[in-house]
Amino acid sequence: MTETRLETRALSRHFGALTAVQAIDFKLATGARHALIGPNGAGKTTFVNLLTGVLRPTHGHVLLGGCDITDKAQAERVKLGIARTFQINRLFRGLSALENVCIAVAERVGAASSMIYPAGWRTDVIDEAMQILETLKLTDAARRRVSELAYGRQRLIELAIAIGLKPEVLLLDEPAAGVPSAESHIILDALERLPEHIAVLIIEHDMDVVFRFAKRVSVMVGGALFAEGTPREIEANPKVREVYLGQSSQRSGHG
Amino acid sequence: MNAAAPVAAPAQITSRVDHPAARALTGRHRVRWWEALPWLAAVALYLAFPDYLGFGTELLIVILFALSLDLALGYAGIITLGHAAFFGGGAYTVGMLAFYGVWTEPITGLVLAAATAAVIGLLSGLVLLRTSGLTLLMLTICTMALMEQADNMARTYTGGFDGLPDLPIAPVFGLFEFNPLYANTQFLYALGVLFLCFAFVRTLIYSPFGQSLTGIRENLLRMHAVGSPVRRRLVICYTISAALAGVAGGLSAQTNAFVNLSALDLDRAATVLIVLILGGHGRLYGAFIGAVVYLTLEHFLAQIYPTAWQLGLGILLVLIALFARNGILGLGETLWRRYDARRAAS
Amino acid sequence: MDFVADFAGILLGGLAAGTVLFIVSVGLSVTMGLMGFVNLAHGAFAMFGGYVIVLSMNRAHFGFTSALALGFVATVALSVVLERTLYRRLYRAGELDQVLFTIGLIFIFIAATILVVGPESQTLKLPPALGGQLNLGFVQYRTYSIFLIGIGFLIAFGIWLAFERTRIGAQIRATVDNRRMAESLGINVDRLFTITFAFGSGMAALGGGLGAEFLGLDPQYALKYLVYFLIAVSVGGLGSVLGVYYASLLLGVLDFVLKLYLPQGGTIFIYALTILLLLWRPRGLFGRKET
Repeated sequence: MTETRLETRALSRHFGALTAVQAIDFKLATGARHALIGPNGAGKTTFVNLLTGVLRPTHGHVLLGGCDITDKAQAERVKLGIARTFQINRLFRGLSALENVCIAVAERVGAASSMIYPAGWRTDVIDEAMQILETLKLTDAARRRVSELAYGRQRLIELAIAIGLKPEVLLLDEPAAGVPSAESHIILDALERLPEHIAVLIIEHDMDVVFRFAKRVSVMVGGALFAEGTPREIEANPKVREVYLGQSSQRSGHG
Repeated sequence: MNAAAPVAAPAQITSRVDHPAARALTGRHRVRWWEALPWLAAVALYLAFPDYLGFGTELLIVILFALSLDLALGYAGIITLGHAAFFGGGAYTVGMLAFYGVWTEPITGLVLAAATAAVIGLLSGLVLLRTSGLTLLMLTICTMALMEQADNMARTYTGGFDGLPDLPIAPVFGLFEFNPLYANTQFLYALGVLFLCFAFVRTLIYSPFGQSLTGIRENLLRMHAVGSPVRRRLVICYTISAALAGVAGGLSAQTNAFVNLSALDLDRAATVLIVLILGGHGRLYGAFIGAVVYLTLEHFLAQIYPTAWQLGLGILLVLIALFARNGILGLGETLWRRYDARRAAS
Repeated sequence: MDFVADFAGILLGGLAAGTVLFIVSVGLSVTMGLMGFVNLAHGAFAMFGGYVIVLSMNRAHFGFTSALALGFVATVALSVVLERTLYRRLYRAGELDQVLFTIGLIFIFIAATILVVGPESQTLKLPPALGGQLNLGFVQYRTYSIFLIGIGFLIAFGIWLAFERTRIGAQIRATVDNRRMAESLGINVDRLFTITFAFGSGMAALGGGLGAEFLGLDPQYALKYLVYFLIAVSVGGLGSVLGVYYASLLLGVLDFVLKLYLPQGGTIFIYALTILLLLWRPRGLFGRKET
């Protein structure tokens, strides 16, 4: 019986008259591999923004490991173990790949506030960052500026930063988005090698990724949770087919 | 760390840190040979051009001021046109303490100047750094203008526009007097202060804190998303930057034995911004290069053709904004990279 | 009776000065709200237009209205040229580059003015109809000041009406509110920028010329009042005509009163008030609410 790591209760967010997210009750278990799918504009990214603290909800609560974190700021939630990647890369473009990950690791281990010794002395931070890059097969790109790397590899660095935070909950916003299909398997491999205890929620359009990766799938439409179940159940659900799976993606895969 | 291969780990650690990318980071703070050049040049100036030591002292002060701005602007990305508030705060601290005979010892005077400016920086930073963009820019300008007007209001104590002349500053270490005609003591004193402050800034930049500032500048949203206490870092950086600007102001008051309202005005704040941008912001030596180029040109051109100087400066700024936003050092880097790429390709 | 006249005199003086601030700043507010571009050189356009207006009257013997028209047109033309060639390249640039660019433009304008015209300040010769005093019953006050206050009110009302009622006004409001949405609705945002920038600069020109008495007209104009224009715009709220109108009038009255009673350092209260206001409402009094 796996415990619930991240939970929302009646979570809602309005923008004036527009309801982006309505009354969502959601549970993410420890070690989960959970996909969140839905048409564009369904509110998925807003939901993740609510989970991470980028947005405050209009109603409802977010709980991490049973504690209410609804009022906590984004940076605090990261310290508590929630990490995310963004749909559009948010990287330190002028810095090297290694430096990007080092910043995240340094922040996590508490080195980042030190002013009196050189960052280069923290070989533990650098070593861990290199290790993360190795697992994502980015070693040869380590020294290069992020802005010079191919988009697919940039996406991987986005993931590397999140991994560097050693989160308990990992929220991935379309990790394979914009990646040429020749490169997307690297990302999928990386996702598969994520530590087992991390609860992973992945927003995706690519049904190949969903089927390969997720054990549970939630469907969001119009800001509400429409259906939830195993990938097979969701695929077989006629209402879901109608609303979402219908014309757009088939298992051959573009979302 | 993974528990996967504990035996292999030590060997892997060595090899990982040996990777060129890692070595680039571990060795980044090491002092390079050419970093001695600015200081050698300063000593050369002292020996070879004794008539220009007054100019040289002013140059050193502007370098320090620009360096302080670089911390806030170049590294933390705080865009401010109000940095003269701290310069003036430091200058008037020294000035008023000396003028009223309360405190004339120069070195501790600088410490007091730094402390006052730091307090102003901390208080204004806590309040202003909640905002960003145009609002922040406006608030920095208004804070500085507010101080200028306060100075004006209290002109019976501060001397107002005319300022406080003939400040009695005690000799450095009790031995070396400030002579208004021969700026030898002033120059070496300013050089020493600049060296210490620069060493401090350099350490700060290469520290993990400095790295996080770079992160904040490069991608603020990402820094929030890695759990960084962004506002706290910005306020600390702003306070340190203010303290250093205060030291520059104090130095100015001491070496000129004079302080007036121009220490607090928009002209001074805009000039230091131009100096820093010209040299290249976010790069340790941008302040040095910018100050040398700007002050040298100004010294020779502005007195002869002041209007042409202003016109040329305006055109230069437009060109920099359009084509060379990273200043002289930035241009140098681009050229070097192109040269390097061509060399690698051949 | 005396008190009322004094009070009215001060109020009218402040309102007139504030009106001048408004006429110059309204263009800045709209373009900054619309384009998000920090245009510190806006005062320089006001200066340019002011010089054209005043010089064409003083040296080329233009009539009052034709001078105003010439100033408006000349500044519009200049701003279109600069916008298309230079400003356009920096729309996507960071705030720092925009600040540097516009500071550079200010220096160029100032130096060019000194080189072409000379460093002396210029005075506006009022047409006889606007000279003298007007009797308002409770006070007798300068006709020109009252004229300005009236004109300012008409301009504010007219621009506000244009924003609310015309199609282009709606387009501007939509783009200020959400640029990407406006683009996807087919609004030609580039053209809108040019038109708004041109109109704003033209208004600034009128302000520079009409206000030559209040703010003076000398080569340092572009820098002298920069902070006040920025205060009027940021306190009022970017893109809000009402906001910049109220803020300008308030600023004008405050400045007038403070300079009268506390000539040395009295304006400290203006800066203190601005700081407090901007901390309370970073987007300005009438700016868009934070989401």
